[in-house]
Amino acid sequence: MRPLTDEETKTMFEKLSKYIGENIKLLIDRPDGTYCFRLHNDRVYYMSEKILKLATNISRDKLVSVGTCFGKFTKTQKFRLHITALDFLAPYAKFKVWVKPGSEQSFLYGNHIMKSGLGRITENTAQYQGVVVYSMADVPLGFGVAAKTTQECRKVDPMSIVVFHQADIGEYIRSEDTLT
Amino acid sequence: MWGRKPRCVIRTKMASCSFEDVLAKAERDEAEKLKGITVSKELDLEFDPGNLLAFDKNRIDTREFKDCKREDFLRSLARDNTQLLINEMWKLPTERVEEVIVAKLPDPTTLLPREKPAPKPKPPTKWEQFAKLKGIQKKKKTNLVWDEVHKEWRRRWGYKRAKDDTKEWLIEVPENADPNEDQFNKRNKAKKERVARNEYNRLKNIARAQKIKVPGMGLAPTPRQSKAELAQAVNVAKISTASVGKFQDNLPKEKTPKNTGRKRKFQPLIGDFSSEKQKQLDLLKVMDSKKPRLDVTKAVNKQMREEDMESRHKNKKDFGKKGRRGKMSGKGKGKAGGKGKGPKGKGRKPQMKQGKR
Repeated sequence: MRPLTDEETKTMFEKLSKYIGENIKLLIDRPDGTYCFRLHNDRVYYMSEKILKLATNISRDKLVSVGTCFGKFTKTQKFRLHITALDFLAPYAKFKVWVKPGSEQSFLYGNHIMKSGLGRITENTAQYQGVVVYSMADVPLGFGVAAKTTQECRKVDPMSIVVFHQADIGEYIRSEDTLT
Repeated sequence: MWGRKPRCVIRTKMASCSFEDVLAKAERDEAEKLKGITVSKELDLEFDPGNLLAFDKNRIDTREFKDCKREDFLRSLARDNTQLLINEMWKLPTERVEEVIVAKLPDPTTLLPREKPAPKPKPPTKWEQFAKLKGIQKKKKTNLVWDEVHKEWRRRWGYKRAKDDTKEWLIEVPENADPNEDQFNKRNKAKKERVARNEYNRLKNIARAQKIKVPGMGLAPTPRQSKAELAQAVNVAKISTASVGKFQDNLPKEKTPKNTGRKRKFQPLIGDFSSEKQKQLDLLKVMDSKKPRLDVTKAVNKQMREEDMESRHKNKKDFGKKGRRGKMSGKGKGKAGGKGKGPKGKGRKPQMKQGKR
């Protein structure tokens, strides 16, 4: 386990700011305790300092996971956000997409969201903006990337993709082995 | 023979008349001498017998000095002062050294300035730095230690020291040691190792104090170098070129070492949390400032919305006049506009407004 270097922190913050914008401050500077990011086996974990201090008692090869895994760094140092970060990103999300009950299932199986399944979308969503996908009952389902701006979404035909799938809570079952 | 006679005559004559002269002269000399010993001065001289120094503060009569009798004046002045100094010498306690009476000089009282600059304080050694850091004080130790074995007082370290473990006649073999190992040799070797290390550290301290650069382990030539040390020396020599060894060819069977380069250093795992937080917040601030103030997509969206409004108004106007045709044209416009603006919106720059219909 080690703290992130400056470049790694920058890459990660850039990725996170795509979804939550400047609300990253609220993750770093929390009123209810000091929380920090640590890197272990190329994965970034978010934990309170109490947990961190306890985790130092476990040897590196025996340590599987600490706190919440936000994502991992690939071999070429790109940051990939995992579904396990949803709990922390959902409350601070800037741009949200609500999906109709019919195509909820489709999204949870890992498919992209089409215009026909789109319920609501926040106004002024830019193209390729990171969005958090909710069901109509305001249950966060996962992340995505807006394929079209809000304006365009109104005009396109119902079979075109409006949100690219990035992560969904179905992954907890699908990729149970690889998630830490 | 002829030459001698007058000489003899002269000699006798000299002998006869000079007798009284000599006596008179001797008397005069005596008088002078006595006079000479006592010198009168307005102000007494200050003496520093330790440095054989006499300090004369009397005023010099400038008239006498100017009067072309400089040499004489100076000589007489020097003579008087020297006389006084020697008088002072006679007051000192004397002792006899090899049939010569010698005066014992006291300590000098005048402070002389330094000949060379003052020495700079030496930089502390590695141990001194550590001791200062930890607050370890030097403990006074007795010179001699009671040696129970030899029943006498022996020095603490050095030749014939109190507890010399190399001089024991019986050493028990420890349980986990090889029974065929020579324990005496082992102790001697350990001692030599310690001495060598001490010497090495002493030299390193000196090198550090005088800021002399010393080559690293294995690079300074020693009589016995191991294979690893030689290999290291070869590698260091290889990269000691202007292009850091990039164009040095390998020997026929030589392989370039792969793991050269510095090991990365990371921040400590549980460092200062507040400073870490601060650094991250600063990074965020920098990132925010770097974002472009004109959001391209927002501008595009705004543009599109404006166009939509325009087209809708136009539709409403035309509907009254053209009917179906107006509708179709509105639709066509909307569709084409949407499709056309899609790809354009991706890489579109705000200045390219001429592209609109």
